[in-house]
Amino acid sequence: MCEVKSPGFWWAAIVALALVFGIPLFAETYTLYTLTVFAIMAVLALSLGLVWGVGGILALGQSAFFGIGAYVYALIAVNMGDSTWALAASVLMPVCVAALLGYFTFFGRISDVYFAVISLTIPLILLSLINSASGPAYQFGKAHLGGYNGIPGVPPLNNPFDLSDVLGFDGMYYASALVLVAVYLVLRILVRSRFGRVVAAVRENELRAELLGYDVRYYKLGVFCIGAAIAGLAGALYAAWGASVGPTAFSLSFSAQIVIWVLLGGMGTLLGPILGCFVVQALSTWLGSASGVSPEIALGLLFIAAVLLVPSGIVPSIQQHLRRRRPAGLVSKETP
Amino acid sequence: MDLAMLAGIQILYAIASLFLISVGLAIIFGMMGVINFAHGEFLMLGGFAFILSVRAGVNFWVAMFVVAPLAVAFIGVVIERLIIRHLYGRIVETILATWGLSLLLIGLASSLFGYYQMGVSPPLGSVQIGAYQEGGYTFFVIGVAVAVAVGLYFLLRHTPFGLIARGTMQSADMASALGVNVKRVYSVTFGIGAALSGLAGAIFAPLTGVLPISGLTYIAKAFITVILGGALPLTGAALSSALLGTVSQATTLVSTSVLGEVMLLVTAIVLLRVLPSGITGRFFKRGI
Repeated sequence: MCEVKSPGFWWAAIVALALVFGIPLFAETYTLYTLTVFAIMAVLALSLGLVWGVGGILALGQSAFFGIGAYVYALIAVNMGDSTWALAASVLMPVCVAALLGYFTFFGRISDVYFAVISLTIPLILLSLINSASGPAYQFGKAHLGGYNGIPGVPPLNNPFDLSDVLGFDGMYYASALVLVAVYLVLRILVRSRFGRVVAAVRENELRAELLGYDVRYYKLGVFCIGAAIAGLAGALYAAWGASVGPTAFSLSFSAQIVIWVLLGGMGTLLGPILGCFVVQALSTWLGSASGVSPEIALGLLFIAAVLLVPSGIVPSIQQHLRRRRPAGLVSKETP
Repeated sequence: MDLAMLAGIQILYAIASLFLISVGLAIIFGMMGVINFAHGEFLMLGGFAFILSVRAGVNFWVAMFVVAPLAVAFIGVVIERLIIRHLYGRIVETILATWGLSLLLIGLASSLFGYYQMGVSPPLGSVQIGAYQEGGYTFFVIGVAVAVAVGLYFLLRHTPFGLIARGTMQSADMASALGVNVKRVYSVTFGIGAALSGLAGAIFAPLTGVLPISGLTYIAKAFITVILGGALPLTGAALSSALLGTVSQATTLVSTSVLGEVMLLVTAIVLLRVLPSGITGRFFKRGI
């Protein structure tokens, strides 16, 4: 069934838009500022939710594409001043990297676990590469890679090709939140499309999908590249929001956070990663200000607890609970 | 001529250090099918155990060869009992749980020891090669790597424990049916892997110093080496260290060490395109 024709899709769209435009009526500027970064991170969480949760590809190094997107945006936007092409390139570049990596891994038929480990080493290598890129040789036009310090003074987003109209705090909030809603809705359509169903089939049983005549390699490559594009977009938004990028985007603990969002929120759903991202971010912000616990300890404990105690994630657990309480006749199709 | 000899020694050293940092991981992965994401932190803990005991007055070599491996083996056995035992056969969950463990250990180490570098200076002076000098410690590292490889070969090939461990690796169910206590074998294997990681951490501590985050500098290389090596722990780790060590050190000699690391990754990914289950998945299947 076509997702666009289903009432649930339109209800989700209306509720999401009501939240996006309703929250600023009550929230203070600082809350909006925080919510902006939450929304950007939720876009990143959705990218892994698609690749891992829907596609079953354990891409532990999704932060690589986020960081590449952020750096490409910063380099181009600093040089051109205009964010339009920078934004486009920050989506395209991660796709190219993902396609290259996917070619060597999916077409070589590397096992899932090997892929997970290799994908994690990509951000680690990029981290040491960027950290060492502090000499004069790393000057690109007006921008310098800046090694450990990153690139400061990254321009904010502006209206396409109109440098005079630059987004402020409010504008950035609306842009990020609307991107989140758009990515969520587009992914809902994608998951319910023919392509999405084949991807889910590959996740459930790769051999069976192959015996039915689907070329599994292309579907894996496709979903991996789409995920990379979304992650790159999130990276660009983050660079524009914070006005800087740094090598911490490639750090291991950041890669771990993305995995925790999806794991805790729930695999195979699209709402789960968003929810998991908001919960973990709010929790770590609160822990950072309220107690002296080091963020690594909190993150590590949360990670181990999520694996051992809530293996299916928050949203699927709630869905199961709801389904059990509803009479059998009313059980409709599950919401993605 | 002297330069060529020096380059040769440095390549041997790169191979030896790659072997040392990855062999503990390779043992745990090859024998148990567990990818230990906290491997880097085992190295870090080994380094701390070594440096703290040297500072407490323990003999340098005793601290390196006894204290550090035993301390990390103990931690490893406890972790195996508490976390990993519940997740056998579920490889993705093990990756995630040990990754959480890695973050937890970094957090604990930084709140216990603080974020400053601890170090001791390496002994053994230096050796003259023509017009050049090379640290005696370099030769020591190469020697230890050879000793570890030979010792492991002997342990796995010629002892009753090695026979049981290899049997368990091939078919845990069959070993269990024949009366082997598989859980105990896994526990000991994990302990041995952890001990080797602790030893490696101690060996590199005098060269690089130790920080709570020093594990991160090793793990990318260690993971790639083990993945390229494939399922056989000793043969795989040795062969892929030899290959990747040569490539990365040769690149390092003509450019920078970071590019050497990048070359290591690129070589491994390109090779895995043709050898998807690692070197020992295709060749040397009868090794250990």
